[in-house]
Amino acid sequence: MVIGLTQYLVVAAALFTLGVLGIILNRKNIIVILMSIELILLSVNINLVAFSTFHGDLVGQVFALFILTVAAAEAAIGLAILVTYYRNRGSIAVEDINMMKG
Amino acid sequence: MYVAIVFLPLLGFLIAGLFGRQLGPRPSELITTGLLFVSCLLSWVAFSQIAIGSAPMSVPVITDWIVSGDVKVNWALRIDSLTAVMLVVVTTVSSLVHLYSIGYMHEDPSRQRFFGYLSLFTFAMLMLVTADNLLQMFFGWEGVGLASYLLIGFWFQKPSANAAAIKAFVVNRVGDFGFALGIFLVFYLTNSVAFDQVFAAAPGLVGKQIHVFGMNVDALTITCLLLFMGAMGKSAQFLLHTWLPDAMEGPTPVSALIHAATMVTAGVFMVARLSPLFELAPVALGVVTVVGGITALFAATVGLVQNDIKRVIAYSTCSQLGYMFVALGVGGYAMGIFHLFTHAFFKALLFLGAGSVIHAMAHEQDMRNMGGLSKYIPGTFWMMTIGTFALTGFPLTAGFFSKDAIIEAAYAAQKPGAVFAFLCVIVAAGLTSFYSWRLVFMTFFGDEKWRHAADAHGHDAHGHAAHGHDDHAHAAASHDDHHGPSPDHTPHESPAVMMIPLYVLAVGALFAGLAFKDFFIGHGFAEFWKKSLFVAKDNNILDAMHHVPHWVGMAPFVMMSIGFLVAAYAYVIRPGTADRWAKANPLLYKFFLNKWYFDELYDFLFVRPAFWLGRLFWKTGDGRIIDGMGPDGVAARVVDVTNRAVKLQSGYVYHYAFAMLIGVAAFITWYLVGGVR
Repeated sequence: MVIGLTQYLVVAAALFTLGVLGIILNRKNIIVILMSIELILLSVNINLVAFSTFHGDLVGQVFALFILTVAAAEAAIGLAILVTYYRNRGSIAVEDINMMKG
Repeated sequence: MYVAIVFLPLLGFLIAGLFGRQLGPRPSELITTGLLFVSCLLSWVAFSQIAIGSAPMSVPVITDWIVSGDVKVNWALRIDSLTAVMLVVVTTVSSLVHLYSIGYMHEDPSRQRFFGYLSLFTFAMLMLVTADNLLQMFFGWEGVGLASYLLIGFWFQKPSANAAAIKAFVVNRVGDFGFALGIFLVFYLTNSVAFDQVFAAAPGLVGKQIHVFGMNVDALTITCLLLFMGAMGKSAQFLLHTWLPDAMEGPTPVSALIHAATMVTAGVFMVARLSPLFELAPVALGVVTVVGGITALFAATVGLVQNDIKRVIAYSTCSQLGYMFVALGVGGYAMGIFHLFTHAFFKALLFLGAGSVIHAMAHEQDMRNMGGLSKYIPGTFWMMTIGTFALTGFPLTAGFFSKDAIIEAAYAAQKPGAVFAFLCVIVAAGLTSFYSWRLVFMTFFGDEKWRHAADAHGHDAHGHAAHGHDDHAHAAASHDDHHGPSPDHTPHESPAVMMIPLYVLAVGALFAGLAFKDFFIGHGFAEFWKKSLFVAKDNNILDAMHHVPHWVGMAPFVMMSIGFLVAAYAYVIRPGTADRWAKANPLLYKFFLNKWYFDELYDFLFVRPAFWLGRLFWKTGDGRIIDGMGPDGVAARVVDVTNRAVKLQSGYVYHYAFAMLIGVAAFITWYLVGGVR
């Protein structure tokens, strides 16, 4: 079986859906939400790399590297916020974080 | 000079009203009283000038006061004999009341306000009597109403005083409504409100018909009836009388002022001033006669059984006003004014005397708790006796001349209703004598009931506070134990500042009739009045009343003697007789004691429906419909919607993320199905 563009896109779509479900269905831990966001970013990266190879255009792969960098920075900031939040509130359970309630 | 007479009280009011707080009570009292005495002095000068024959005149104050279309109104002081008489009456009584109040109100904390109101009251009345046109008169008319409201409700801490003030104001509005309509009608008919033009046009209006509510009515009759409605309200005539006894809630000097000089005499004055109109409307005059007769009799019957010393005198005023209207109604305008003039003296005397009694009894007003006071306050006793002599018409006192003249005129008049009125006033004369002497006997003779009453007083001190029993409610509240005489407290004579006005008024009550009889209703009639009172050619009441049968001339004296003897028998010779009579006729007694149930009737007929209607409009009309459909309803729906919107804001991140996802999915679906354009 030839592994073509379609298979890559299917994998990326599957990863994206997993990430979204991880955000929506997860009720326990906020770290899981961060991980799900990473998953979504990675699925987008797969798309970029796949299209870049398919079209023979390197720009997409350069973008993928940038996105990895941004994702790393974002994860760092996210974790830092989490730590501070935990210090202040003593909990990072998703149910407890509803201060924006109307 | 005339301008000074009218505006000095206003000046006093402004000084006491605006700067009373800075000046303090004593200077305010002295300024207002002093200005009033100056005004009074000038009034007597003016009166003497008019009496010896200076011509009537009109003193302009503001020309073109109101100009609007055809309406042109000047502000001028009309000075003629009628005005001069009223000036003298108003300023004399008012200045004496001012002087008396210095003593009577000496422990009241807001005397400046009181004296300011008194002066305002006097000013408004002077404005009324000097009016040169109907609009100016209406100004004074309403000013008097306002001042009376303020003074009756002077002790605004007392709910009963507030209720009485509102009652006086509202009942007067009913009359004023008629008066205002009458003024409109006069303007409609004559195209002017100035007295000169109106009187000049009046003879041309005889027999003229106007179309009202689908009926043709005589223009002058309806005009006069409407104007008389105003007079009924102000002068507390039958059907609109209910405010007058309640006005006793005010301080006693106010009662004296209202009842003797200002306010209630306004109606009598107005009818006399408009005599050129009334004289041409015989039907209206008949109504005046009948209403006056009914009032005279009605008020006298109620006065028989009242126990509050001030209420007896209040009903007496009501009754005497009925006499005045009978005189006006049979065409004897001069007699009506003459009785007004003499009545002012003895009624002010009686009221101020009653105030002195109340003062001596430490604010006790119930005559059942008095008795035997003649030993303790002989000065007041003699003054009250003189006032009673004058009121009952004892020969040669003031009331004798004016009252007997009215009774004779009522007999002699060949006018509709005169016979009825004659019967009313002749019976009322006897009743007047009875209740007046009853007052004197219960207060000054018999057992010293206050000695026993003082013990029981602590228990029911506030039981009958509801009917104005306590003249100094707030003063009494501060030292409650001082309320009513205590066993070791003997009644004491009032200070000189209160007694001097009594002496002056007593002189008036004794000699005013004798001294002025010839001017007012005797041979000096034509020279004195100088056409300020209009008398039709066929109106010869002044002659006719001298030719009545002998028994008519004697009848008032006989009735007076009977009243005196019955009162003396029931209260002095055989004390307790009155109670037995009351027990023997419980229905009649209750009927009189409750003032013919007029308050209850009006409460049922007008007050309750008015409250019901007001509550309907307030609760249902405004509250439910307007607010419910309008602002409140809209606001409530907005709140409902937002309450639901608030529920969407759960605060959970994954809810928001889900909503985003749905949104993204919706967009993508939209574009997938519809295609990107």
